[in-house]
Amino acid sequence: MPDHAMTAAVAHQFDDRDQQKEAGTLGMWLFLGTEILFFGGLFIAYCVYRIKFPAGFAAANEMMDVTLGGLNTGVLLLSSLTMALAVRSAQLGKRVSSFTLILVTMLFGLAFLGVKGIEYYHKFAEGLFPGEGFRFEGSLSRQAEVFFSLYFMMTGLHALHMIVGIGIMIVMAVMTWRGRFSPQYYSPVEIAGLYWHFVDIIWIFLFPLLYLIHVHT
Amino acid sequence: MNTDAAAADVNYLNNGRTIRSWLLTTDHKRIALLYLGSIILFFFVGGFFALMMRLELLSPDGDLVQADTYNKLFTMHGIVMIFFFLIPSIPAVLGNFLIPMMIGARDLAFPKLNLLSWYVFILGGSISIYVLAAGGLDTGWTFYAPFSTTYSTTKVAPAMLGIFITGFSSILTGLNFMITVHKMRAPGLTWFRLPLFVWSIYATSLVMVLGTPVLAITTLMVFFERMTGIGIFNPAIGGDPLLFQHLFWFYSHPAVYIMVLPSMGVVSELVATFARKQIFGYRFVAAASMAIAVYGFLVWGHHMFVSGQSVYAGMIFSILSYLVAIPSAVKVFNWTATLYKGRIWLQTPLLYAFGFIGLFTIGGLTGLFLAAMAVDVHLTDTYFVVAHFHYIMVGGAVMGFLGGLHYWWPKITGRMYPEGWARFSVLVLFVGFNLTFFPQFLLGYLGMPRRYYHYPPEFQVLNVLSTAGASILGIGYLLPMIYFAWSLKKGKLAGANPWGASGLEWQTPSPPPTENFPVTPAVVEEPYQYPSEEEVARA
Amino acid sequence: MQGLTSDHVVPLRVYFLVAIALFVLLALTIAVAHIDLGPFNIAAALAIAVVKMVLVVLFFMHVKYSSKLVALFAAGGVFWLAILFMFTLSDFLTR
Repeated sequence: MPDHAMTAAVAHQFDDRDQQKEAGTLGMWLFLGTEILFFGGLFIAYCVYRIKFPAGFAAANEMMDVTLGGLNTGVLLLSSLTMALAVRSAQLGKRVSSFTLILVTMLFGLAFLGVKGIEYYHKFAEGLFPGEGFRFEGSLSRQAEVFFSLYFMMTGLHALHMIVGIGIMIVMAVMTWRGRFSPQYYSPVEIAGLYWHFVDIIWIFLFPLLYLIHVHT
Repeated sequence: MNTDAAAADVNYLNNGRTIRSWLLTTDHKRIALLYLGSIILFFFVGGFFALMMRLELLSPDGDLVQADTYNKLFTMHGIVMIFFFLIPSIPAVLGNFLIPMMIGARDLAFPKLNLLSWYVFILGGSISIYVLAAGGLDTGWTFYAPFSTTYSTTKVAPAMLGIFITGFSSILTGLNFMITVHKMRAPGLTWFRLPLFVWSIYATSLVMVLGTPVLAITTLMVFFERMTGIGIFNPAIGGDPLLFQHLFWFYSHPAVYIMVLPSMGVVSELVATFARKQIFGYRFVAAASMAIAVYGFLVWGHHMFVSGQSVYAGMIFSILSYLVAIPSAVKVFNWTATLYKGRIWLQTPLLYAFGFIGLFTIGGLTGLFLAAMAVDVHLTDTYFVVAHFHYIMVGGAVMGFLGGLHYWWPKITGRMYPEGWARFSVLVLFVGFNLTFFPQFLLGYLGMPRRYYHYPPEFQVLNVLSTAGASILGIGYLLPMIYFAWSLKKGKLAGANPWGASGLEWQTPSPPPTENFPVTPAVVEEPYQYPSEEEVARA
Repeated sequence: MQGLTSDHVVPLRVYFLVAIALFVLLALTIAVAHIDLGPFNIAAALAIAVVKMVLVVLFFMHVKYSSKLVALFAAGGVFWLAILFMFTLSDFLTR
């Protein structure tokens, strides 16, 4: 079977593989920088409204399931570990190990989305989606509606990024299985890993901000 | 290497003549032309709306169009001109074409991403055209909440989608440029040997990459507020419209630097070439570009002085807005110092550079008027503001774009434009521009509000002057389109370096071959190494 | 040519230690949330989140083993976000 790794081409605009790898890595970091600002708009909105509506946010928080949120956080942290290990295996030329770890990472991602789906289902059923069907007891209902507007936008956007991440993992898995990577050429896996870790980091912040506002009663 | 030979037999233009070879190209030079064609079309669309507005404003009463229609006119004029003409203009056309050539590279770092950027631009543009056809948008290009989110009955959601998508074209282009400049410079090409155009595009790219995502999330929030019950800006549940304004202007102020920084970069190139002299204070000009890019992110609240924003925040933004003028002024002074005792060669591109320097200075100074909170309270939302930004955007950015287009036209097409007609057009443009917009300073000062379709009769004379100027301006824009098209077949063959300019892009044939340089050049000296007066006299 | 991102292979031990640290911090953040610290609850939660982020960035994302340029790019986005935060809050907190 031809060694795809050795014939993996350097794109014509680059002089050598190092330059290609560095350009790709820097490019992904720059893209992640744009993502920080993209999510950042929602974070500042959250910040402003939490300052304005402390009671409303606390009241809304009581509808959040800390167990599921904490579980999801753990799942993502594990997925980051397996992703880092997958990159390491690719670096060491361990095709099967890398492939398995990418698959496990994907499964963790799907598990995350599954739990999120359950949470969303409950929220919809309880009438917590903002808009005409919104139901919330008490005088803080309007403030709670703002909280849930932010909750759905932030976690929704995050989930979308997870889905894209899983798509990228599928591609990485297929390429790994086909032996495209080697210790000389594994940067796509590393770059995909950067994206995955970033999505994890966003959740690292979403969890305390959305689930842990007012756990003590 | 630096020959006056005719165009290379196989160049990027004739290397593949099918439509497919153009629509699937990854050659940065072809992509630049794809963008050029697209933005010209959008320019016509935006210009048409401007024409309709100026026709309405010929008379004090609202008699040409209805108020609602007028709202749509100024909204669509703004959106099309800003997002689909000015923001892409120099970066996507001249930046795409020149950056790899100026740094001795074969292409950008990510050529396929470059093509994707153009398709994303077209997709966003198509959605916006759909919005136009479906009745237009009436929120102003600034689509403030809660009018945009709750009360407007026009197609806000698709418009937000269109702008959201188009934003990614900007982000991806900026990302491509930045990585290219970091990683693909020729051997010996250190940062401080880069042409100033590259510095300015790099600075612009920084703004595109860091600012546009915030616009993206803002449009997304408005989109979801229109389509679902999500109400982040909804005052009925406690949402704060000012939050929208902060998020919107966080991008939209730096956006004006996206529009003007590249033009400044062009002017640096033009002044150096046509004064036959090194740019005075090269490092300061480079630093000034970066300073403008960074600093431009700190001043957005000057669009919100009367919005209900805290007075203390207003004061901070006001002072910072004064300071942001400094690096711009540094550039103007350095260009002037470069011209002083230079061997001036009065060609059309230099005329455009002069136009830029003069008109940008006026626009910039009037910005200082507006930066003073106490003055802004009276001038905000009047024609003074309209005149201010048109002096910068049109008198500045568009003039720079046209100057660059004329300067690099021989490189892009291998042909010269007719100099006589070109000079005449600059004159027409300059006269038309000032006649259109100077009266608007007066109108604003006298109190005429912007975005109104009628006005008190005492303002009519100035409005008529402005409309007359606009028709002259229109002719000034049409003329280059005609003679540029003419030059494609009938223009004089240009040769590699018709201007005798320094810079790697002039080391290639005109038009260049697809791969730009058969051998990667090595750079051994600073840019703009023109011989001094003494050296010329001795020769 | 000295690479931006070295081909340094991170030892397994490091990855596992970081993972353990992340889980400890997760437990910590949940635990702290159950104690009423008033305004310091949010500060603690954010501080812990920042530490987790730094661990992921330095070790999982290899910034510790990469060049200064990568670190600059990584920090740049955060810095710019800080600008958005600071100036927006300068309005909301002083009304």
